[in-house]
Amino acid sequence: MKLTRKAAPIALATTLALTLAACAQSDRSTDNPSSGGGDVKDTITFGAAGAPELFDPFYATDGETFRVTRQMMEGLVGIKAGTADIEPELALSWEASADGKEWTFKLRDGVKFWDGEAFNAAAVCYNFERMFDQNETAAGGPAGYWADVMGSFKSDAANALYQGCTAKDDMTAVIKISRPTSKFPTALSLDSFSMQSPKALKAGDANNVTKQGEGFGYPAYSKNPVGTGPYKLEKYDEANKTVTLVRNDAYWGEKAKTAKLVFKIIPDESTRRQELEAGSIDGYDLPNPADWKGLKDSGNDVLVRPAFNILYMGLNPAKNPKLKDLKVRQALYYALNRDQLVKTQLPEGATVATQFVPDTIAGYNKDLKPYAYDPAKAKSLLAEAGATGMTLTFAYPSEVSRPYMPDPQKIYEALRSDLEAVGIKVNVVTKPWNGGYLDTVDTGGFDAWLLGWTGDYNSPDNFIGTFFGGLKTNDFHTSATSYGAKLSADLAAADAIVDEGQRKAAYEKLNQEIMEQDLPGLAISHSPPALVVSKKLKGLVASPLTAETFSSVTVSK
Amino acid sequence: MLRFILRRLLQMVGVVFVLSLLVFLWLRSLPGGTVSAILGEKATPARRAALEKALGLDQPLYVQYWEFAKRAATGQFGSSTGVQPGVDAMQVFIQRFPATLELSFFALLFAIALGIPLGYMAARRRASWFDNLSVVGSLIGVAVPVFFLAFLLKYFFAINLHWLPVSGRQDSSIDATRVTDFFVLDGILTREWDAAWDALKHLLLPSLALATIPFAVIFRITRASVLDVMDEDYVRTAESKGLTNKVIRGRHILRNALLPVVTTIGLQTGGLLVGAVLTERVFSWGGIGEAVAVAFTRRDYAVLQVCILMAAITFVIVNLLVDIAYAVIDPRVRTR
Amino acid sequence: MPNPLNPNAKKQRIDDLAAQAGGGAAVLTVDDAGHIEESTGVSLIASAWRRLRRNPVFLLGAGITLLFILLAIFAPLIAPHDPSKGLLLDQVRPQSNPVPGAQPGYPLGADTSGRDVLSRLIVGSRQTLIVGVFATLFGLAGGLSLGILAGAFSGWVDSLVMRIVDVMLSIPSLLLAVSIAALASRPSQWTVIIAIATVQVPIFARLLRGSMLAQRSSDHVLAARALGVKKSAIVFRHMLPNSLGPVIVQATLVIAGAIIDAAALSFLGLGNPDDRKPEWGQMLGKAQNNIFDNPALAVWPALCIITVALGFTLMGESLREALDPKSRR
Repeated sequence: MKLTRKAAPIALATTLALTLAACAQSDRSTDNPSSGGGDVKDTITFGAAGAPELFDPFYATDGETFRVTRQMMEGLVGIKAGTADIEPELALSWEASADGKEWTFKLRDGVKFWDGEAFNAAAVCYNFERMFDQNETAAGGPAGYWADVMGSFKSDAANALYQGCTAKDDMTAVIKISRPTSKFPTALSLDSFSMQSPKALKAGDANNVTKQGEGFGYPAYSKNPVGTGPYKLEKYDEANKTVTLVRNDAYWGEKAKTAKLVFKIIPDESTRRQELEAGSIDGYDLPNPADWKGLKDSGNDVLVRPAFNILYMGLNPAKNPKLKDLKVRQALYYALNRDQLVKTQLPEGATVATQFVPDTIAGYNKDLKPYAYDPAKAKSLLAEAGATGMTLTFAYPSEVSRPYMPDPQKIYEALRSDLEAVGIKVNVVTKPWNGGYLDTVDTGGFDAWLLGWTGDYNSPDNFIGTFFGGLKTNDFHTSATSYGAKLSADLAAADAIVDEGQRKAAYEKLNQEIMEQDLPGLAISHSPPALVVSKKLKGLVASPLTAETFSSVTVSK
Repeated sequence: MLRFILRRLLQMVGVVFVLSLLVFLWLRSLPGGTVSAILGEKATPARRAALEKALGLDQPLYVQYWEFAKRAATGQFGSSTGVQPGVDAMQVFIQRFPATLELSFFALLFAIALGIPLGYMAARRRASWFDNLSVVGSLIGVAVPVFFLAFLLKYFFAINLHWLPVSGRQDSSIDATRVTDFFVLDGILTREWDAAWDALKHLLLPSLALATIPFAVIFRITRASVLDVMDEDYVRTAESKGLTNKVIRGRHILRNALLPVVTTIGLQTGGLLVGAVLTERVFSWGGIGEAVAVAFTRRDYAVLQVCILMAAITFVIVNLLVDIAYAVIDPRVRTR
Repeated sequence: MPNPLNPNAKKQRIDDLAAQAGGGAAVLTVDDAGHIEESTGVSLIASAWRRLRRNPVFLLGAGITLLFILLAIFAPLIAPHDPSKGLLLDQVRPQSNPVPGAQPGYPLGADTSGRDVLSRLIVGSRQTLIVGVFATLFGLAGGLSLGILAGAFSGWVDSLVMRIVDVMLSIPSLLLAVSIAALASRPSQWTVIIAIATVQVPIFARLLRGSMLAQRSSDHVLAARALGVKKSAIVFRHMLPNSLGPVIVQATLVIAGAIIDAAALSFLGLGNPDDRKPEWGQMLGKAQNNIFDNPALAVWPALCIITVALGFTLMGESLREALDPKSRR
């Protein structure tokens, strides 16, 4: 067949004509958002590092999603600005029964969801029952925070922490749990447990999470959530990667000061900075610590969050039997020059860790002193233990940056040279974070490794309970040690103390024991993550839990 | 011709099938995986097992592939887990493909608009300072790593001089109507001129950075090919016949010299995709290149599978189009 | 253009080069009938050398390359400090002074780990050369085996090998390199080298097969076959030596590409994470993290890479031109 020379242009012209015909006229609203009031902008534009997964926080586990939903949703328990402590939010007060298994929440009156539904005890119980009743797909995957806190779902109700919710009266909800725990009520401040409109949840088939290939499919509701917060979702422009929220004019509390809140998704770190300096965004999260100075020099405010994390060097006595000896573990600790590490490699405000919890946690033991840098003592301890010149397979992750570990390789290099200085032969191993590092840590393939944790809520259990609690399953393989069983039993006992004061004392004592007698791993440092905003942006309070809210923020022109 | 096109399309089906199997097996042979990427520090053995079960990753490989192939045959590639979690991978591709296509189109446009005239001029003035300078210039262009060049452009024109935007495809303050997701085209279609103009400004730097390598290639091929053609008998004949310079240039030299250039342009598309991975990253472009890079570090199987397969299909189709274009330009190919 | 990242430019150039080789062989067979391969091989190189000696572009490229190789060989002797030791670490403060500036003994200052930048650049030349040369050598070895296999045997061996090569070429090369780099359970310099080398295998294979194909029907091979020379002898003594010209040219260009590719891999976070032994691509890739405050950390290795890549490219391009029989007209 011959193709005439004119055929191609004709085909092209036809396609173009069809495209044109199919195109709608501009449906852009012409009303230009003219200046709101005086010298304040009517829009806040904040740079986000990633796209929100969805807008139903119950199925989210990532900070990018929570940053958005936090502006739109509230829970029974809130977080006091600038701290990790809880405060009343949709619940005005709460009270535990003597055995710590029954929690009564008095609810705030006059709160409405955006769709006009009233917030009351029935709505609270509907929400909890909805979270409890997940299908297998949701339970295994996206409902991660419920799985973490409550243990299991309705299909395995006997093993769940949550045992039911009843509406005692219109404004009083009672939640029953299977055992007393330090997680209650503080864990209810998690964004995942936000209250959403029962009507909208029903209408949007909110629980219908499906398996789609090797990923998850979310129901319609997740794109169109209804909460009680100061902002509501306007649109998510996926092509231009912006999420736009608008003020909820029917908000029960003080209304948001700025009418519009835009999250612009800019995955590249240095680009976020350039956007800020070009003035096209008003702030962004997690600036690279190396940029802090430059950012301040060019007239921005770096808001440093109180640290709520820990970087540690994990040790596996099951893999390297020499590590079973406390003297060896202590020797490693004395060998590390953590002062220099913190000064030269970690962001401003970072501190040398004295224990496995940060000082913002109830149960932090302020009397503990850090293991000092003492290479001579390290050498003599190694000699005493007969481990002079021991070999240590010590690993660090590549392709990752965490708030507690901005540049793993540099931190590692500093620690490695300290260890080598006391005669330890370090076997350098690195694997990509998602490419086998975490898997190998879990399966116990390294003698020693760098890892850390960012806390979710204010309970020591969220830190040391996670690290050393599960005797059979924890990364530190404490089951291979003499103290492991006692430690995990003690941790469980402390978690179950109902009285707050007693519980705090028990945890302080445990922290001391962990550091002085057990030393399952080496707590290295706490690094504060930061936010950066332009000088024009006022009213943002940095939160250790990265739970900043924008309702009181203004941006001057 | 029709039969030729049909045969090529059939071949494509075979290639895509083999490639899908290879990509599937390759991704699953990578260390680590989706489960670690989703759970991060929270990965406990129990949570891992539950998630693997929920995702069907606990099944034997052949079962997984069978499930995948069944779904893929109906156009369902599964949900993304890392790039845009919960969004269908094909949807992710469709959303982002216009961005990459728009960028590649403008890059190619720059490369052609600069490469062909410069190549022609260099050949006509062979061994002049202009020729030497442009040849060495094109070599330098190739010696500079693409991402570094992208950074330099950004540093000078966007950050220091503030002439052009730093990143992205359009300013977020512009409330543009989306029709085709090609932002410039959208602006023109809806007569939102400010939107089109803004999108153009965003396009300039990344497409320039991306254009360097195709430009150098097109320049060199044009130059070499014009040099060859200028030696041909028919050009000398035309000259001796006393035809005007304009006629000789247009009908004899350029037309014949363009044949290899057209092939080259077609062959550049795959390379553009690679350059796009780097350029898109520097300019936060939000296209396929960026998606592939993110999908890779987060082990987003669904998105990787779709993007690689679609890239291969695009590549095959473009080569087919090139062959057709060849037939249109060169009458000899047609009669064969 | 010698952009090894770009598979299609590759195909184009491969075919160009292969065509030249074919042409070259044809020219040679006309000259002599006796010791065809040896004598013509020498005369080809000799005549090429005559033209190269007077070519300023070649001299510039060769000069840069030679300097670079010498630097790489004597790097540890030249470098003023140990490039892996954070000698100025005490001065590093992430907020106020992330990068110790130039000072006596440290003309280019130090990096964010307090290591001397000048020493790292000097010693980096060695690792860079290792990456470039070994990636090329491995690629060449793989490509030669496949190419000889395909070029020496016609029929199903040829088509099988070429199908494999075509599939490899159809995958965008950076993606191929990235996946290979990612497959390694312990990323290191050698995974980078192997990743880049793998991408070169199909290029060399296609190139060699093309030029050997052109020779299979050339007179001196036909003559040798008629004389009853063993097949392996024909391949290794007659066909292979005559096909090496374009391969050497390509190899020169690939070294440049490999150095640039190593930087791209590092930029994508897939390079060698261990930077005790510096390499320029890795230095450049890692410097992206705080490029706006400390652009010098990126600019120095970038300049080195550009210069060396340009050196190899200029040399390769002028070699190619010199070996091109057409340019002798």
